[in-house]
Amino acid sequence: MATLKELSKQDELLSGGHRLCAGCGIPPIVRLVLRAANAPVVATTATGCLEVGTTIYPYTAWRIPWIHSAFENAAATISGVETAYRALKKRGKVTQEDMKFIAFGGDGGTYDIGLQALSGALERGHDFLYVCYDNGAYMNTGIQRSSATPFYSNTTTSPAGEVIQGKQEWRKDLTRIVVAHNVPYAAQASPHNWSDLSKKAEKALKTKGPTFLNVMSPCPLGWYTKSEDSIKWAKLSVDTCYWPLYEVEDGILRVTYKPKEKKPLADWLKPQGRFKHLFKPENEHLLEKFQARVDLEWQRLLDLDGKRL
Amino acid sequence: MAITMTKGQVGLTGNSAVAYAMKQINPDVCAAYPITPSTAIIEDFSGYVADGAVETELITVESEHSAMSACIGASAAGARVMTATSSQGLALMWEMLYIASGMRLPIVLANVNRALSAPINIHCDHSDSMGARDAGWIQIYSETVQEAYDNMFQAVRIAENSNVLLPVMVCFDGFITSHAIENISLVDDAEVKDFVGEYNPATMLLNTDNPVTYGAMTLPDTYIEFKHQQSQAMSRSKDIALEAGKEFGKRFGREYGLFDSYRLEDAEVAIVIMNSAAGTTKVAVDELRKQGKKVGVLRPRLFRPFPFREIANALKGIKAIAILDRVDSMNDFGGPLFNEVRSALYDLETRPKVFGRIYGLGGRDYKVKDALGVFDELYKVVETGKIDTLTKYITL
Ligand SMILES: Cc1ncc(C[n+]2csc(CCOP(=O)(O)OP(=O)(O)O)c2C)c(N)n1
Ligand code: SF4
Ligand SMILES: [Mg+2]
Repeated sequence: MATLKELSKQDELLSGGHRLCAGCGIPPIVRLVLRAANAPVVATTATGCLEVGTTIYPYTAWRIPWIHSAFENAAATISGVETAYRALKKRGKVTQEDMKFIAFGGDGGTYDIGLQALSGALERGHDFLYVCYDNGAYMNTGIQRSSATPFYSNTTTSPAGEVIQGKQEWRKDLTRIVVAHNVPYAAQASPHNWSDLSKKAEKALKTKGPTFLNVMSPCPLGWYTKSEDSIKWAKLSVDTCYWPLYEVEDGILRVTYKPKEKKPLADWLKPQGRFKHLFKPENEHLLEKFQARVDLEWQRLLDLDGKRL
Repeated sequence: MAITMTKGQVGLTGNSAVAYAMKQINPDVCAAYPITPSTAIIEDFSGYVADGAVETELITVESEHSAMSACIGASAAGARVMTATSSQGLALMWEMLYIASGMRLPIVLANVNRALSAPINIHCDHSDSMGARDAGWIQIYSETVQEAYDNMFQAVRIAENSNVLLPVMVCFDGFITSHAIENISLVDDAEVKDFVGEYNPATMLLNTDNPVTYGAMTLPDTYIEFKHQQSQAMSRSKDIALEAGKEFGKRFGREYGLFDSYRLEDAEVAIVIMNSAAGTTKVAVDELRKQGKKVGVLRPRLFRPFPFREIANALKGIKAIAILDRVDSMNDFGGPLFNEVRSALYDLETRPKVFGRIYGLGGRDYKVKDALGVFDELYKVVETGKIDTLTKYITL
């Protein structure tokens, strides 16, 4: 893997000047993934912040061939691109030897509306990497809940009201769903740990067949946090074990980072406006329930560490 | 499927003929999902792939939405792309149909016309492709198996013309045409290759030396210009379609125009009708002509773009016209063909009397006697100078 110094010398494939918010987690994720390719890349992006923020016509932040077609079909779109590559290569119309294909989608475009297309593309075994940037809601359309939205989170469609305290359902475990497709490589990562993310992206892109990265993506706008703190909150999501870093390679699960000291979940929740209601005295039991569930999920993962799934 | 020719002719169903056309075109990528009555196209084609009879990469997607999405990805990547569907499948593609045309991707789709649910029905009517008539696709309708086969080659040529660059839908009737065996003439493989030519797109995602962005977000300052350009391309495609039909005739002896006129020159009354039912109507015309009645048929082939001037011109001087739709716009004002033809006639100095009839939904038979009934009504209109009912259902 390249060192940080080497990485910083590479050309940016996603230029500056795009219109994603200051402090948005998406650009560092995209840049780290694109740098890990070591070959020409073609990418697609589902409708969402990344797509809108990087392409308002006549501008584009993409220095690679890129296509956005709709919200729920990034995996199907990249299936077409990747298949066209094989078809045209066979006919000698494309000569480039090694080409990488990457689909980026938000949690809404991946966990929810795009799940079927993703499942289909994984099952068919296309040679591509799917990167889900999980900011925990439909941010581009104004912070509506998704199936990735954290427990009790206040969103515009799961508001913390007088009676119902935010989102009532535990998040969908998409990474495990992807793993159930028996893909050769799938992992969870976070942009604060750039070397872990880069290693995983490199591995995924080197692997033939469908691979998957689920990456925590801080969103100051939807989390009600300060722009300059995003990477801090990404780190705390991992140190509280809300967002464990692990990979599943050829069926074997490995936790790639175990915090020396597991931080209390409240440390991550408290600075985020979306969880403000949890810190009212009458909601203490919700906080406890949330912590208990995080503990359970973390233990479940540790039990699988090093095992063949 | 092995095809054996006798005297240059071969008996094929509509689906097998279209699949054979696809085999001869040998596209780079085909992404498809099965649905009755178009399934056999993809089954036959899968056989060609499995036997190595084509070089095409087949993507057996998990839905029609993904079929069109994969077609879009592959087409933008620089591939020649084809697919087939019907009914609910086309409806599920709806979102992506607009994106294919908006991105100016010359995808060719065979749509085997079938009714839309509910109630669910697998038989023929035109509600599927008519529901997609404003999706920015060129639409060519086919009367027979031979025409469906011939239209596939013309579709590729029209779609990929650099003055067009729009997707094309070739439509033909479910079961009536898709499953009926007809003796047709095949075009020689080498001649197909020559007629459709090579596809060499100006931009493609797979050219990493010249990275392009497809599908950028636009705001009110540019969106309308994109749509205007698309609209102009649609308008230009009419002449290109005409050229393709002429060239096809020159090479293979079967010329196609924007529409098909049958005994229309001296007609007093006429029926305007699409796809296979035009054939039934022609039989009725022949019967009436034998009795000395001056009747005719106009069968639109190109419905998008709609050749309104040419159609008006062909119908000029006719006293009364019935426009028959195999679909209801559910607007209490007849079907789309009725509305568009009637509107096209508005600019004529002397307007014919016009009424609309909706027939054959969900595969209900449209028989010669039904056509004769409509001609009867037309003669009554001519005699009385009055239209009793502007639009209504027949074949009930
Ligand atoms: C079929 C369809 N339904 C709804 C939308 C509206 N929409 C656009 S982006 C979006 C949310 C995207 O959320 P996510 O995938 O999490 O990405 P983010 O905005 O957070 O980057 C929605 C609901 C759409 N474009 N298409
Ligand atoms: S709303 Fe959130 S995810 Fe979207 S650009 Fe802003 S910070 Fe990024
Ligand atoms: Mg999101």
